Amino acid sequence: MMRKLALSDEILLSVESPARYIGGEVNSVMKDKKEVDIRFAMCFPDVYEIGMSHLGIQILYHMFNQRPDVWCERVYSPWPDLDARMRQEQIPLFALESQDPIRSFDFLGITIQFEMCYTNILQVLELSGIPLRAAERTEEDPLVIGGGPCVYNPEPIAEFFDLFYIGEGETVYDRLFDVYKACKAAGRSRREFLEEACQIPGIYVPVFYDPEYNEDGTLRSFTANYEKAPAVIEKQVVMDVSHAPYPTAPVVPFIKATQDRVVLEIMRGCIRGCRFCQAGMIYRPTRERDVEELKAWADAMLRSTGYEEISLSSLSSSDYTQLPELINYLMDICQERGVNISLPSLRIDSFSLDVMSKVQDIKKSSLTFAPEAGSQRMRNVINKGLTEEDILEGAGKAFEGGWNKVKLYFMLGLPTETEEDIKGIAHLSEKIAERYYEIPKEQRNGKCQITASSSFFIPKPFTPFQWAPMNRKEEFLEKARIVKAEVRSMLNQKSIRYNYHEADISMLEGVLARGDRRTAQVVLQAYRNGAIFDSWSEYFRPEAWEKAFQETGVDEEFYTVRERSVDELLPWDFINAGVGKKFLIREWEQAKAETVTPNCRRKCAGCGAKCYGGGVCFEGEN
Amino acid sequence: MKVRIKFAKEGMMKFIGHLDIMRYFQKAIRRAELPIAYSEGFSPHMILSFAAPLGVGVTSLGEYFDMELTRDMPTEEVRNRLDQEMVEGMRVLSARRVPDGKAGKAMSLVAAADYRVTFREGYGFSDGWKEKVPAFFAQDSILVYRKTKRSEKETDIRPWIYRMEVQGDSLWLQVSAGSVANLKPDLVMEALAAFLGEELSPFACQVQREEVYADVGKDGVRELKPLEALGEVVA
Ligand code: SF4
Ligand code: SF4
Repeated sequence: MMRKLALSDEILLSVESPARYIGGEVNSVMKDKKEVDIRFAMCFPDVYEIGMSHLGIQILYHMFNQRPDVWCERVYSPWPDLDARMRQEQIPLFALESQDPIRSFDFLGITIQFEMCYTNILQVLELSGIPLRAAERTEEDPLVIGGGPCVYNPEPIAEFFDLFYIGEGETVYDRLFDVYKACKAAGRSRREFLEEACQIPGIYVPVFYDPEYNEDGTLRSFTANYEKAPAVIEKQVVMDVSHAPYPTAPVVPFIKATQDRVVLEIMRGCIRGCRFCQAGMIYRPTRERDVEELKAWADAMLRSTGYEEISLSSLSSSDYTQLPELINYLMDICQERGVNISLPSLRIDSFSLDVMSKVQDIKKSSLTFAPEAGSQRMRNVINKGLTEEDILEGAGKAFEGGWNKVKLYFMLGLPTETEEDIKGIAHLSEKIAERYYEIPKEQRNGKCQITASSSFFIPKPFTPFQWAPMNRKEEFLEKARIVKAEVRSMLNQKSIRYNYHEADISMLEGVLARGDRRTAQVVLQAYRNGAIFDSWSEYFRPEAWEKAFQETGVDEEFYTVRERSVDELLPWDFINAGVGKKFLIREWEQAKAETVTPNCRRKCAGCGAKCYGGGVCFEGEN
Repeated sequence: MKVRIKFAKEGMMKFIGHLDIMRYFQKAIRRAELPIAYSEGFSPHMILSFAAPLGVGVTSLGEYFDMELTRDMPTEEVRNRLDQEMVEGMRVLSARRVPDGKAGKAMSLVAAADYRVTFREGYGFSDGWKEKVPAFFAQDSILVYRKTKRSEKETDIRPWIYRMEVQGDSLWLQVSAGSVANLKPDLVMEALAAFLGEELSPFACQVQREEVYADVGKDGVRELKPLEALGEVVA
């Protein structure tokens, strides 16, 4: 019996990439719905090709489906062409595997990886026929649960969710399912289930908490209105990462996804502590996976998927202590199977250059550096331990090895930034170009191509810059113009290209990153005004958002350009993410004093994450 | 050894386009751990040669590709191992060893194909159309407007329709295919609709390819053989 699809042939043949909606991929999981107790729809609120590339979903999909009583399926945002047809013809959103309507599921789980997908969350809810506000849902609706990095400040989307899971998914989902099953069997209500669920560590049920505000708009208090709801929500962390569930048979899309390869996550967390970086803080402490385990996973995944490429994934792969052993192993097994190795986020040094020259075509590949700031002073402020000497030395070695393309990533609008810091972007690019032309002409590989890109700095929760003011749009654009002009005045300007991100999106991201519950109405209104797929420049409609701010009377600048005092109660303060507030304040002060804090391996900075009892915090001690 | 694979693509797999089917088979071959030959260079790729691309929306019981294995293997084992790796909607029907010369070039051999056209639910011609098919086929010429890359021009497609008959509720066609004259069944259906004086919605027909042939005839006499028949079973 072939599966029956939710969409007609006529619709599927008239939309772009019908493969996005049919399921049936290699390693996708089919179960008999009569045999399971819990049906879970796992959603990444963006187009299929992006959503399918996300490792976190594959991990949870695999882990949930290991349970015989749970069937986890997938759902992604229908692209605008299908979105329009579904609304016109009132076709409810469905899950890929069973093709059943989402509304008939027990859970709709949404992973929230970036702020600019918030309107897509509303799209998914609306197309599913689920009321947008949790308060309006009935016993017939699925429980909508959110997870992912954005839920470290869930407040701007709190009213759209019944519950949130704060932290890494591998820890308490089993408990949550057991509680749900018991509640369902006992015929308990939605409210009764949430009352039980909120007592599981890491689970945040927004309806059990009430914020109060001061006259000046800042948060006065945030208190539980249900006596068993905890005052502080503890982030969940997997300490035994080597034996945590891993999808050794991930789903393989028919169409080319953004990440069209086997992904091997070698560690969680990062030792470096750059002060703007949320990932570097919330995934503390750094935990390495056992190299033998990784070898076995790599092998199993290549076998089960047939992929032609494997990629290592982590925040900073060069810091993985067993890297040479792992890479040597991969080179061995990949060569005999015609598999390519891709190595993003490697620090440029002799080791990585040697490896890269073996696994990729030097002529086609480029070197990547992320100094994030143009001057050493600025890099000290942000605690980016990458010096000009490091970059010039790495680039020099690479140039001598035959490379001629360099990509540089910077940020504009960092705290305490001066015009000199900004111009430093051009100066650093120039020095790299000069280093290239020091090589005798006969040994060069043509001209060098340096591409410097800058994004606009957005302060994020749980970073030492969570109190920092963000620049205005005009300031951002002015700074980008300064860089551009400075690049043009360089001797080797012909070898340097400069480009920068869109400012409108960054401003919005700034509001949503540090928003509170009052920001939700803006998201809702923007969606009503037609905002959707905001992270796609061809669909981003700044006017829909502008109008939403006007209509709701929410002041954008209250959330962006305002510098917060360290005494202010922040909307996300009810979460304990491991890194303590004292540490963050200390780092904020160190930043202003232009003082560098050593990384976790050099010297523990006492951030607080040691409380989890493992990882890098205990490395030196055995 | 060079192996020709015949496969079926049915059900929801009709929504997967030709390029993605090629990528799908590359992965399936790896999963099956067949001793496939790779090209040289930094990103080695396997050399697969597909006979005739199939449009999105069309199902098939007779698709072909050739691949090069680094050692000899029983053809049934190749078929079976690859078939184990198929998803719902895909079946590996046969594997045959083909010689290295002309008979081993799937793409350049294609000369004709069989198609079955059925109407989707809710679509169709008025009653009595079946009786008129022989008259349509008996015409000396069938002129249609055919879109080429540059322009639209009038073409006589009659010489490219080799056989045509009503079978139950469907229409079965044998038409010219390949690089010289590739006739799509949709075009025949449009011409038939015009002949009958009927409207035909673009979604009315479900097309299924059923076989692809090489022409092994001599002196201008056509003799069609299914592509798999040019290869041999290896035990
Ligand atoms: S190196 Fe810095 S920016 Fe990169 S992940 Fe680590 S802390 Fe974040
Ligand atoms: S407690 Fe020390 S070693 Fe552990 S993550 Fe924090 S700073 Fe690093």
